[in-house]
Amino acid sequence: MPELPSDNKLIRDYAHGFVTPVEEEVVPPGLNEDIIRLISRKKEEPDWLLEFRLRAFRAWQRKTEPRWALVTYPPIDYQAIRYYAAPRSLSAGQAVDPEIARTFERLGIPLDERRRLEGVAVDAVFDSVSVATTHQKILEEHGIVFCSFSEAVRRVPDLVRQYLGSVVPPGDNFFAALNSAVFSDGSFCYIPAGVRCPLELSTYFRINAAGTGQFERTLLIADRDSHVSYLEGCTAPIRDENQLHAAVVELVALEGATIKYSTVQNWYPGDEQGRGGIYNFVTKRGDCRGARSRISWTQVEVGSAITWKYPSCLLRGDDSVGEFYSVAFTNRKMQADTGTKMIHVGRRTRSTIVSKGISAGESVNTYRGLVQIHPAAERARNHSQCDSLLIGDRCTANTFPVVESDNPTAVLEHEATTSRISEDQLFYLQSRGVDPETARSLIVNGFCREVFKQLPMEFAVEAVKLLEIKMEGSIG
Amino acid sequence: MTNAPQPLLQIEGLRAGVGGREILRGLDLEIAAGEIHALMGPNGSGKSTLSNVLMGHPDYEVGAGRVRLAGEDLLELSPEERARRGLFLAFQYPVAIPGVSVVQFLKAAVEAVRGRESVRAAAFLRELRETAAFLEIGEIFLNRPINEGFSGGEKKRMEILQMLMLRPRMVVLDETDSGLDIDALKVVARGVQRIAGPSAGVLVITHYERILNHIPPHRVHILLEGRIARSGGPELVAELERRGYDWLREPSAAPSG
Ligand SMILES: Nc1ncnc2c1ncn2[C@@H]1O[C@H](COP(=O)(O)OP(=O)(O)OP(=O)(O)O)[C@@H](O)[C@H]1O
Ligand SMILES: [Mg+2]
Repeated sequence: MPELPSDNKLIRDYAHGFVTPVEEEVVPPGLNEDIIRLISRKKEEPDWLLEFRLRAFRAWQRKTEPRWALVTYPPIDYQAIRYYAAPRSLSAGQAVDPEIARTFERLGIPLDERRRLEGVAVDAVFDSVSVATTHQKILEEHGIVFCSFSEAVRRVPDLVRQYLGSVVPPGDNFFAALNSAVFSDGSFCYIPAGVRCPLELSTYFRINAAGTGQFERTLLIADRDSHVSYLEGCTAPIRDENQLHAAVVELVALEGATIKYSTVQNWYPGDEQGRGGIYNFVTKRGDCRGARSRISWTQVEVGSAITWKYPSCLLRGDDSVGEFYSVAFTNRKMQADTGTKMIHVGRRTRSTIVSKGISAGESVNTYRGLVQIHPAAERARNHSQCDSLLIGDRCTANTFPVVESDNPTAVLEHEATTSRISEDQLFYLQSRGVDPETARSLIVNGFCREVFKQLPMEFAVEAVKLLEIKMEGSIG
Repeated sequence: MTNAPQPLLQIEGLRAGVGGREILRGLDLEIAAGEIHALMGPNGSGKSTLSNVLMGHPDYEVGAGRVRLAGEDLLELSPEERARRGLFLAFQYPVAIPGVSVVQFLKAAVEAVRGRESVRAAAFLRELRETAAFLEIGEIFLNRPINEGFSGGEKKRMEILQMLMLRPRMVVLDETDSGLDIDALKVVARGVQRIAGPSAGVLVITHYERILNHIPPHRVHILLEGRIARSGGPELVAELERRGYDWLREPSAAPSG
């Protein structure tokens, strides 16, 4: 069995916080061209990919870490991080290590084909590598490519080469550049024209090794008139150190295609004193490249010590649609600076932003959004709704919605509220026998309903439960 | 233990207020199981204050007195414990809880009051649908966020739905009849009649005779300036309709009591 930390309270708070005892192959700490070459060699990559990494690395060296977000943390020593860790059994090319299979099982993700999740194909990523992808057969029947990034480089190199970095260029920002230089694995997905993906696709990211960063890369391409719903989940062990997670997700929707991308982010958030936890510095961007395409981001962010993340939509195709539905819960000393960018380029492009921030403890929870209407975006529309809910009086909520419009025909609406759980609502529920803790979590779930209802059913149920657990004891 | 039959609800010398102001000034009231009582009184006389104090609203301070439900000291209990002991208050102004559907709300409430077995999915939903149908509440309401955008009358019906689902033994209806049309009034009365019975007590707070025609009270009390100024049989209602409240005010009574 995976080893359990001894602190029971932590375990109750964060049941995913165990460590799997597997032997991992790691590279020495530090970042330089040799390390990048080493990673690339280990993965037996083609030259163009190594070139991509090196270009990104050089861009990264010229960049400085962004400082505009409302988050504070001690300087990160990028030379102290290991940029690659993989279970040994896996690098030897064997079947899934039983220890790892058990880990995923315990996280609710059976990898065994006979017991796999109904209706959901899972790519399981353990530290730097993908360990298994289920439901391959049925996906292949539909011509869908869904596999680890490394495998995609071997199987469909042209697709990868065509689209990699086309949405988030290697030098896009400090963390994206870092990811582009050292990314280890992640998921790749291609849905052929006209195909409606028969399964939910899902990647489960698990950080296990200590002292390593996780830098995964997801690339998802929905060809013309195709449709896909994609889920992403993440957890990590309880550790006193901070671990860096700098992922990049690129989505491409061609003409008439729809991508629904849902995330339940539950990285280890650190303990009550703010020790440990994941730094979740992520770049996610979707490109509505074709007319009438649609990209919808739904995120439920309940973990990580620090979240820095702005899933965005570049609405280039005429009549394309971008959506962002977000619940961000922060507690204790957690810090979240999250939101979205909706860049309207095409005509009659539409976007919707629904952000629900819940702050408790001494946390800081910031919504940061940009809605940009380019001159050509005739009759573009945006509706933004940003609500903050405060629990206790030591937390902070901020809202920074920025609107830049270069086209007078645009219709832009913005609503924002900040509230506390009302005493009257609480009393109403109590008068019906409901204890205050359950009452609060019911009220908070109600507050998040608009976002939760965007999630696929099983995920919505999970999200509600997760938020309940996170809320426990958050009332000080 | 005593052998004398105990009143279901027993209020003795209750003094309570809100925001530093005393509103109830020594209120006595007893309701036995099987009885329906009416409480009437002018605006601001303290009827809702009494309801809130009985239910344990945190804003209301109790200065003195005792309240017992089936012999147990209510004032010691949290609101949710009072509800679990079988006290139910139909609010004069029920609040909305955005995003929480009637089903979710009632599931949490029934689970808390009647126990987890009572909310096994299929049986619970069947009971909820039947009860809603009995109160002529359309099924679409059950999936709407509770009280959000509901009309006054719809909110009142929703209170009665909750009451029937929770099966309380002591019910306080705070002006549940106000603002109801004639049909809705009958529906509400039908709901109350279903709860009333040999083991339950009902306190109907109202300004109007008409609900009492549907729910005939055994006793009628008049609340004036924080005290029960008079108690009597149903005939008191007709007298009030005729004469108003003024004849009950003691001209000599000092306002501070
Ligand atoms: N939260 C509060 N803060 C301040 N004053 C209050 C509060 N609640 C009630 N009061 C005051 O207490 C007095 C009694 O109010 P209460 O609501 O109990 O009257 P009522 O008998 O229910 O009247 P109505 O027939 O209009 O419903 C009123 O003067 C009212 O203004
Ligand atoms: Mg009142």
